[in-house]
Amino acid sequence: MHVPDGFFNLAVSLSAGVVAAAGVAVCLRGARRELDDRAAPMAGLVAAFIFAVQMLNFPVAAGTSGHLLGGALAAILVGPYTAVLCITVVLAVQAFFFADGGLTALGVNITLMGIVTVLVGWGVFKLIAPRRPPAVVAASFVAALVSVPVSALVFTLLFWIGGNAPIEVSTVAAAMGGVHVLIGLGEGAITALTVGAVLAVRPDLVYGARRLAPALTLRTADGEVPVAGAAAGGAPRPARPGGFMVAGIVVTALLAGVLSFFASASPDGLERVAQDQGFGSAAVDHALGSQPFADYGEAGGVPVGVAGVIGAGVTLGVGGGLFLAVRRRRPKAQV
Amino acid sequence: MGAGHHHRIFRPGDSVVHRLPPECKIPALAGFVLVVVATSRECMWAFGVYALLLAGVAVAARVPAGFVLKRMVIETPFVLFAVIIPFIGLGERVEVAGLSLSVEGLWAAWNILAKATLGVVAGILLAATTEPRAMLLGARRLKVPPLLVQIAMFMLRYMDVIVDEMRRMRVARESRGFTPRDIRHLPVVARSAGALFIRSYERGERVHLAMMSRGYAGAMPMADGPGASWRQWATAAALPAAALVVAVAGSLW
Repeated sequence: MHVPDGFFNLAVSLSAGVVAAAGVAVCLRGARRELDDRAAPMAGLVAAFIFAVQMLNFPVAAGTSGHLLGGALAAILVGPYTAVLCITVVLAVQAFFFADGGLTALGVNITLMGIVTVLVGWGVFKLIAPRRPPAVVAASFVAALVSVPVSALVFTLLFWIGGNAPIEVSTVAAAMGGVHVLIGLGEGAITALTVGAVLAVRPDLVYGARRLAPALTLRTADGEVPVAGAAAGGAPRPARPGGFMVAGIVVTALLAGVLSFFASASPDGLERVAQDQGFGSAAVDHALGSQPFADYGEAGGVPVGVAGVIGAGVTLGVGGGLFLAVRRRRPKAQV
Repeated sequence: MGAGHHHRIFRPGDSVVHRLPPECKIPALAGFVLVVVATSRECMWAFGVYALLLAGVAVAARVPAGFVLKRMVIETPFVLFAVIIPFIGLGERVEVAGLSLSVEGLWAAWNILAKATLGVVAGILLAATTEPRAMLLGARRLKVPPLLVQIAMFMLRYMDVIVDEMRRMRVARESRGFTPRDIRHLPVVARSAGALFIRSYERGERVHLAMMSRGYAGAMPMADGPGASWRQWATAAALPAAALVVAVAGSLW
């Protein structure tokens, strides 16, 4: 969802612009490392791919269809730095050439859809640290699934700081979080399937799986000789305790839970502080007082904390279940 | 979102606005939108004046109103959001035609609608009067990091190729009797996306090799014409300056 002009106040728009500029500057340096002098053509083509794949609609339920955001997908396929650049360029092109997304909201859009989704997606992916192709697919699912609701929560955070609408922030958090867990499921499914499809044909192109490639060997008349140079980079890393992955998922779920809890709890804290300190204006006091449920933090009858926990639970359950299912099998067949 | 970008907005033409160098136009429009966003929402007449200013630009650029209106559908999701705000907003309530609406919510809805619409129209006017290649040249002259400009350049150049490749894949699927109907068909669509990624990536490798063989060393040669004259800068600055005057007048009044 491209944020238009006027949705956030000027201070938030400009600060998000500064954050986006700093993030892009870091990624410009990093992308040179990932792609050296191929950076411009490769990233350009990947940006065109992301742009095209965002047009790829898939049916979700009767009548509605969804499409990919692509942050986690790009991070896993081409690496986080290049991914941020690609999505930044896609968003800038959409803003300047298609008038989609406001010019002053470009910083917000890049921060939310480029930096946050890539950072979270890649972070979760690294945390799971998959060592087998099926695990890479499962990790892609979890990474994409988590990246979307977290991006929505950051949106809520920005909305709380400087949104131009008088809506209880917990309502926004619950609505955005709930909807985006669903969107995240779709994003996770299509990201995992796409990564799986690429992995089956050109595993060397998947940045997230680049360490999984088997060591190269030369088949000569005398037998097989390992290639020295390639073996060093290509050998699988030493095995880690299996508990690491479980711990990774638990940490992720905890983070999600704590974040959503924080998002629902902190406004009440701030309201209290604002009232105690007297810097909450009279109008705000009145606005909150006149609404019977304003202080209960309910959204559609469901306390937000509960909604957050349910969301985190669904995320954990689906992600963890799939992950365990894939791990248990240890299949010979590649996905 | 990303959907619906099937046509570029650029309209070739030879008006004052078309002839302005992009490095003047981009900051001028960005400045205009900044002033609009900074204007207080209570100052309703100011937004009317902004709309008139944009209408003036559209007339000068000979962009017909219907063209602008048709492109404004992109704003629809946020219009829906703005319509909801008065119903779920907090604060004082007012009865309008039997509906209980939040006063604060009505203000917020007006604020978002007015500013987003002006922003979208400004964006459409910029895109309609600036050739994509010129826009990138302008970005380069505005000291946007060259790598970013190059990525955008490659993206714009190959966007249609990739989108066309995707269209051919869809035609291939459909000619084999496949139409995605529900969630179970997701793997097929995703496999197409995977194939599209591989094709895009391999095309990128070919493009890179072709450019290397033509002497590419990480930077594109650009025929740099003379920069914008002060007269052109002044013409472009007229729009944000007028908006600023309106905004200042609005805040004082």
